[in-house]
Amino acid sequence: MVDNNRFVVSHAPFWHDGSRISTRNYNIALAALPAILLGIIYYGMPAVGVVSLSISSAIIWEFVFCRITKHSITIGDGSAAVIGMIFGMLLPATAPWWLVIIGTFVAVIIGKQIYGGIGANPFNPVVVAIAILMISWKDIFDFNEALINYDLDFAMVYPLAALKHFGVSAVDSFSMGDLLMGKQSGGIGSTFGLGLIAGGIYLIIRGIIRWEISISFLAGVFITALIFNLTDPARYAGPVVHLFAGYTLIGAFFLATEDSSSPVNFIPMLIYGAGTGFLAVLIRNIGVYVDGVIFAILIMNLVNPLLDKIRPKAIGKVA
Amino acid sequence: MIKRSFIGLLKPRLEYGSVAETPSLKQIPTPKEITLLSNCPFDKKNLLLKKKETVKTGQKLLLYKESDEYVVSSVTGQVSSISSYTGDFGRSYTAIAIEVADDEEIDDEFKSVAGGSKDASLETIKNFLAFAPGNPPVKLFSDKDKSIDTIVVCCADSDLLITTNRHVVKSDIDAIKNGINILKTATKVNDIIMVASQSQMHELSTTGEKINQVNDTYPSALPHLIMKDILGKVVPAGKNPEDIGVCFISAEAVASIGNAFNSGQIPITKTFTLVNKDGSKSLVSARIGTPASDIFKAFNITLNENDRIIFGGPMKGSSVYSEDHPVQPDTDAIIVQDKDDIPVISDYPCINCGDCIRVCPVNIQVGMLVRLLEGGYYEEAADQYDLYSCIECGLCSYVCVSGMPIFQYIRSAKYELDRSNTAEATNNG
Repeated sequence: MVDNNRFVVSHAPFWHDGSRISTRNYNIALAALPAILLGIIYYGMPAVGVVSLSISSAIIWEFVFCRITKHSITIGDGSAAVIGMIFGMLLPATAPWWLVIIGTFVAVIIGKQIYGGIGANPFNPVVVAIAILMISWKDIFDFNEALINYDLDFAMVYPLAALKHFGVSAVDSFSMGDLLMGKQSGGIGSTFGLGLIAGGIYLIIRGIIRWEISISFLAGVFITALIFNLTDPARYAGPVVHLFAGYTLIGAFFLATEDSSSPVNFIPMLIYGAGTGFLAVLIRNIGVYVDGVIFAILIMNLVNPLLDKIRPKAIGKVA
Repeated sequence: MIKRSFIGLLKPRLEYGSVAETPSLKQIPTPKEITLLSNCPFDKKNLLLKKKETVKTGQKLLLYKESDEYVVSSVTGQVSSISSYTGDFGRSYTAIAIEVADDEEIDDEFKSVAGGSKDASLETIKNFLAFAPGNPPVKLFSDKDKSIDTIVVCCADSDLLITTNRHVVKSDIDAIKNGINILKTATKVNDIIMVASQSQMHELSTTGEKINQVNDTYPSALPHLIMKDILGKVVPAGKNPEDIGVCFISAEAVASIGNAFNSGQIPITKTFTLVNKDGSKSLVSARIGTPASDIFKAFNITLNENDRIIFGGPMKGSSVYSEDHPVQPDTDAIIVQDKDDIPVISDYPCINCGDCIRVCPVNIQVGMLVRLLEGGYYEEAADQYDLYSCIECGLCSYVCVSGMPIFQYIRSAKYELDRSNTAEATNNG
C-alpha cells in the first residue's frame, strides 16, 4: 500500500485540557467589569474615557514594542488589555489623558516587555506603573482633590486620606454597606467592594487566580488592622475600613494575584498574601503614604522568588 | 478529549473507563504481510535470520549471533525483508517483514519443550514468551542484578482509553489464574500482589488472591504510584520498581503465560482499543505485526494529511509516521486524531500559573524545572529541581495554559543527560 499522507508526529500527551492564556485574560477582564460599570455610573463619561484610553493605549504600546523588537505580535493573548483595564480601574476619573498614556507605557514596556514579556515580569506591571505615577504626580492621586467637582448622593471623601489627616473620627461616618456599594471616593474601579468581591470569587472558582493569595491577603489586612485598632482605637481605625477602602479589594483579587509575580506553592502563597496585607496596613498606619497596598505588593513581589523556595519535597527524592 | 471543567479550582479528573464501557471484540483477518519489531538495533553482519526463509506460526526466530533476542512469528510465510527501523529518540529497531502464505502451519517447538502447566520453568518462559501479547517482563525474573521478591499483577489499564487488561480480566480469568500459578512455581516468588480497579473486584475474587484496589483516576495506575499508594514503597528518583525488587506484569501478560502453557502454543494475537476520530472506541484483536492500515480498512477509517496516529494511550503513547506501522505485543491502543483535534503546542513561555505544580503527582516544581530545561541546564534541573523524580504521566503538559511541551522537555532532558553520561563513561573507561 502506498503511503501518501503525511501525519503529524509529535510527542505525548496527545490531549490538552483546552485552557488558554487568552481565555484566562478575557475572564479576568470579565470579572473586572462590574466594578468598572459602577465607576462609570458614578463618574460618567470621563471614567469611560480613562478606562478606554487605558486599555487601548496598553494594547498599542505592546503592539509597537513587538514591532520594533521584531517579536511576534502578542496583543491577542489579552495580557496588555488586562493590564490597561486594571490600570484604568486604579485611576481617578479625572486623570488627564497624558497620565494614562504614560502609565500604560510604564506598565507594558517597563513593567513587562523589557523583562521578556508575559510570564517574565518580576513585578506586577500595573503596580509598577501606579507606584511610579503616584510618586511623580502626587496631586492627581489625591482622590479628594481630583474628584472635588463630583456631587453624588454620598460624601465624596477618600476614606484613607481622611483617616490619615483627620484621624479615626473622620471615617466613623462610613458604614460597611456604603463602602461595599462604592459610596466613597477613589479609583474608577476600585471602590465598588461588592463588585470586586464577586469578580474575585468568580476568578477563584474558575481557577484563574489562587484563592490562597487573596484570602491570606485579606486576613493579613484584617488581623494587622485589628491589632493596631486594639492597641489604640483612638489613633487607628478598625479593620472594616482597611478592608473595604482604598486599593485593598482590587489588590486582593486583581493585583497581588498576578501570575508571574506571585508564588505558586501553598505555604509561600500564604506568606506572600499575609505579608502583603501586613505591610499594606503598616504603611497606611505608620507610613507617610495614604494607601500602602501598592508598595506592599511591590515589596512582596520582590521576595516572591525566595518564598517559592519553600516547597514540598518531591516524591522519590534521594537525600 | 476531556476538557478543563468550568470550575477550574478543582484538579482535573481523568477517569479510567469502567468495565461496563468495554466495547465488544472484533477480529481482524490475517493480513497479507506482517512486520515484527525487535528491540535489537539492526546489525546486518550478525544476522541469523535470512531473507526468503520460511517461518511457521508461533515459531521463535532468533535474530543475531551471540544474542538471545528473538521475535515470535505470528503467521506462516516467508521472510520478505529485514531492515532497520528508527523510533522515538533515534532508537533503532530491527524490522522483520513476513509475507503470509496461504496455508497456516503451527510450529511445535514450544509444545515439545514446555509440556503442561505443571512443568513450566523459568527458562521456558524466558526463551519463548518475551514476545507474547502484553510483553511479559521475562528477563527481569532471571536478572541477577535485580532480585525480584514481589510481583505486581496489574489488572487495571495504566493509560486512559485503554481497555486491554479489563477485557482480559473479563473474558479470560482462567488464563490469569493459570498464569499466576505458573509464575509462582517458576519464579519461586510467593509475594504476588494483584492490583485492580473497583469495578474488577468481583471478577477477580475468583482467583483467590488478595486484591488491592487502585483509584480510578489517572495516573493512579502507573507503576510508581501503585508502589507508593498500595505497596507503601517509594521508588527512589531515577529508579524503577524492579530496582527495588518489584516486578510489574500486566494481566494480559499473565494471561498470555497461562494460555501458552495450557494450549502448548505461544499466543500471537494482540487485543487493543481502536479509537476513531469521533472518539468511538472498538476493541480489536489482530495478529501481532498487522499493519495499522489493515485495521483502518476493516473499520472504514480514512486518514487525511496532517492527521495523527497514536500507538498507546493519549497520555503516554507515541505517534507514528506511517499508516503501515505494525501492532506490537505492547500496543494497547491505536488512536486516530483528526487534524482539527490536535492540540496546539505553542512557543509561549511559562506564565507561572502553577497549574502544573498542583497537578504533579510527585510534587515536582514543574514551573522552575521547565525554565531550566528550556535553557538547556539539564544538570541543574536534575540536581535542584527533581528531574529524575518525574514518573512521566504527562499531566503537566495536559494542563499547561501556555501549551508548552513540558513532558517532551523532560523526556529529552533525560535522554540528553543519559547520552552525555554514557559518553563520559566510555571516555573514562
